[in-house]
Amino acid sequence: MKQKRKMSKLKKRESRMGYVFVAPWIAGAVIFLIIPLIQSFYYGMCNVKITPKGMLFNYVKFQNYTDIFRLDPLFIEDLTGYLLDTLLSVPVIVVFSLIISLLLNGKMKGKGIFRTIYFLPVIVVSGPVMGQLSDQGAASIPAMNVTVIAGVLKDVLPYVIVEPIVGLFNNMIMVLWYSGVQILIFLAAIQKIDSALYEAAKIDGGSAWECFWKITLPTIKPMILLNAVYTVIFLSNNEQNVIITSIYNDMFAINRGYGFASAKAWVYAIVVCLLVALIALVLKNKKDNYLTEVKREKKRIRKLEREREQLKRRQDRRRRFIKREGSH
Amino acid sequence: MNTLDAMKMKSNDKVNFIPPTFNKDKFRKVFLGSKDRQGAVPTLIKYVLLIGIGFVYLYPLMYMISTSLMSLDDLLDASIKWIPSNFYIGNYKNAFKVMNFWKSLKDSIILAGLPTLIQVGTCAVIGYGFARFEFRGKKIMLAILLFSFILPAQVTMMPTYVLFTNLKLIGTLHAFNLPALLGQGVKAQIFILIFYQFFKQVPQALIEAAHIDGAGYFKSFFKISLPSATPAILVVFLFSIVWYWNESYLTTLFIAGKGTGSANAWTSLVVELKNFENIYEQYNQGNQQQLGNINESIKMAGTMLSILPLLLMYGFLQKYFVESIDRTGITGE
Repeated sequence: MKQKRKMSKLKKRESRMGYVFVAPWIAGAVIFLIIPLIQSFYYGMCNVKITPKGMLFNYVKFQNYTDIFRLDPLFIEDLTGYLLDTLLSVPVIVVFSLIISLLLNGKMKGKGIFRTIYFLPVIVVSGPVMGQLSDQGAASIPAMNVTVIAGVLKDVLPYVIVEPIVGLFNNMIMVLWYSGVQILIFLAAIQKIDSALYEAAKIDGGSAWECFWKITLPTIKPMILLNAVYTVIFLSNNEQNVIITSIYNDMFAINRGYGFASAKAWVYAIVVCLLVALIALVLKNKKDNYLTEVKREKKRIRKLEREREQLKRRQDRRRRFIKREGSH
Repeated sequence: MNTLDAMKMKSNDKVNFIPPTFNKDKFRKVFLGSKDRQGAVPTLIKYVLLIGIGFVYLYPLMYMISTSLMSLDDLLDASIKWIPSNFYIGNYKNAFKVMNFWKSLKDSIILAGLPTLIQVGTCAVIGYGFARFEFRGKKIMLAILLFSFILPAQVTMMPTYVLFTNLKLIGTLHAFNLPALLGQGVKAQIFILIFYQFFKQVPQALIEAAHIDGAGYFKSFFKISLPSATPAILVVFLFSIVWYWNESYLTTLFIAGKGTGSANAWTSLVVELKNFENIYEQYNQGNQQQLGNINESIKMAGTMLSILPLLLMYGFLQKYFVESIDRTGITGE
């Protein structure tokens, strides 16, 4: 009894210390996350006017939210553009960074140099720099003839889809430059795979190709989700993003102000969260392969049994029928 | 007869001479590789791919450097594509003056450095708190932490701006320091998670032993956990400084002080670059000596100047950057 109480006392003290250590974050989350969230929701429902005396709130319900779609003709366009862009760029970035990390993984000469090169963009990449570069047309691969690709695509696909694809090709280097951190994450994950697994697979006659699909890919699957989510967040918070710039401009625009900008930010935030949720849903790590196999096998056995029973019943019926016929 | 025989023999020899057979297996082994080692062809493909993509990666940088060194004549001359006819630094001189380089550099360093130092400290403490102790609501807190990472900063930006305005912090460095102090700085969530991962790997037995020897909670943190977290500290420091350096959105809003009296008190290289064309015109209007019209070369020189300090830093520290993630175990879970 006494022992137990002592333990609980220790535990209590430990948990109190936990709160002490985390306290700055709790305070920060309340001051800079939760309260602002509520406030900005309230702003979104008001017409906010800044007067010399202070801020004036004029409650207008959901008018700002409808105004975004009614009065800002660019917003819907920007939003769909952003969604299409992101949905196209995320697979490109993830697959590309996976390929690069696989290339960088093996034993070879000049590994350090290559890693240095591929990681360089993380340092350099920032909104204004990327803006300058893409203004100069330095963000597209010189050997790639985008107009030809665009011409071919326009014959096959509707314009709405072609435009972001062409944009993707035009800013190909930018897309590649955004994959520095993802490459690092993949590389770290690949290096953590037990080499004994590969050796065992080799002894069993597995080729490198099979090894990739059966060992590497399943092991780093959680990292694919992580990278996809990271990419979405990166692209959404990027200063190159039109919506983010427009929120900033609305904030100081005379006829719009904080209320309008807050409502826009909320709509945008919800869209981003939905996008992340969608990606998480698509890439969610399904249950262990073995378990699904077992389940499938059980299902098959059950089905077989059911069929057998049906057959038995049918045979019984027929037998009875024949008996009846015979007795007649 | 004898000689004839011998001759016959010789010619026979010639006929029987076996040319070196084409050893298929060996060929395969050398070129396509076997199970134990990679062959020449895959290796070659690998290098070609790596070098090719590496070139694509470096292309914008090379373009930037080459364009920034071109004089106006070179820029207009269609026959000059990559190598300028002479080494022209006039663009750099202009950009240097317009961006007010030394002041901007100093501001940039302070703006990126001070919040980073604060951020490293608080993130370490918070990460330790999450990793080492069990307490109620920890799971919810971690969920909020992740959620706040997903949430675009724009949602909370305006109320924060109002708060800072009321506290008269807009246009001062504290607008960055305060969030950093409370674990809400630029991408602080990632740093907290890095520390969280790292402190989880510190063996619990070590800390318990310290407790038995009479060390308190803070002492065991400072004397045992923190020194063992040097790689994590380094990584967080480097990334934080880079991300703060490249942050121009929040810098423009909070620090450069748009809409307040103290405008232009603080600036940074990236912010200067963001408004490069405007400040160029302003400079031309305000000063007696004209710099000539803005052109691509000057813009590229400005871009180059804004990333040069980071490039230099990367040159010295690239080893730590590249090895960083392996060491911190960011991918642990």
